[in-house]
Amino acid sequence: MIRSEILREIAPILHDQLVVCNIGLPSQELHMIDDNAKNFYMLGTMGLSSSIGLGLALAQDKTVISIDGDGSVLTNLGTLPTIANNVADNFVLLIIDNGSYGSTGDQPTYAGKKTKLENVATACGCENVVVCQDVDTGKVLQEAIDSKQMTIIVSKCDSGNIKLPVITMDPVVIRDRFMKAVAS
Amino acid sequence: MDISKKIVDDLVANDVSFITTVPCKQLAGVIEEVEARPEIFHIPSNKEDEGMGLCAGAFMGGKRPAIIMQNTAIGVTINTLATLTQYYRMPLPMLISYRGELREPVACQVEMAVHTKALLNQLNIPTYHFHKESDADELDAILKYTFMCNKPVAILTDASFWGGYGDQ
Repeated sequence: MIRSEILREIAPILHDQLVVCNIGLPSQELHMIDDNAKNFYMLGTMGLSSSIGLGLALAQDKTVISIDGDGSVLTNLGTLPTIANNVADNFVLLIIDNGSYGSTGDQPTYAGKKTKLENVATACGCENVVVCQDVDTGKVLQEAIDSKQMTIIVSKCDSGNIKLPVITMDPVVIRDRFMKAVAS
Repeated sequence: MDISKKIVDDLVANDVSFITTVPCKQLAGVIEEVEARPEIFHIPSNKEDEGMGLCAGAFMGGKRPAIIMQNTAIGVTINTLATLTQYYRMPLPMLISYRGELREPVACQVEMAVHTKALLNQLNIPTYHFHKESDADELDAILKYTFMCNKPVAILTDASFWGGYGDQ
């Protein structure tokens, strides 16, 4: 499976949760599959999906799912110790690990080579780290939500993209409707 | 009154309850005070752009955030300030230690000091420079201003403000 197929499959699970979605194609795909007020689309700032999600989870009680990529986590590797040391049991970090920088043309990442992000997360002190195959992502994600324990999921999938347009929504509109959904 | 206490009193009085920090010798007293206050969730970050991500999330979760960092961080965070904090129009008080100013013992710090105000100016970030202790009297108004207009605001605090570097 490629990332867009995983997102399509887990969209019904994501639909009821607050989702912070990574820059580029992941946000464009989620926007196309199930645009709703509980999605926060990142239009810039590669690497900060997990940081925004953790801050949001620490600030309020609703479950927050950050959708990240292996390349983006590598960009902001310092996020993993911060997550490990500031446990928010309403936070799930879903790293869709296709071993490539999808939005920029599928250049390989080090996560697709020797580096295992699950091992990095564990070494940083994250306590619930689950590795799964693409087809099992929905099941593992639902279990993580139900467990009410902060969980890092590394979902291994194929690299590859679909063609779709950029998001043209105004960022302040995205933020405003998201904040209303958070507060509702 | 101890200046670190006064600064944190102003933050608390303005409902700032989520603060991320990257340490600096000059800011040690403030960071210690932030850590000690039960009204504040203190979350140290490893890099300042990560910290701004945490603050963005906390703001959307209903908390008023702030970041405490060195001026060298302006070099690290320009993209985040432009494409996250400013683009989504979010407030962010940035309490910044202005290294490389008068009484600075470390020459390399001057290299970023000479760019600090120019970069903040280029980013259209309202910037306040605390040089004397009485300058901090404006902090309360600055905090009200940043949460009124939903913009990042820089508060540069130099060595003279903090009373120098002691024995260095």
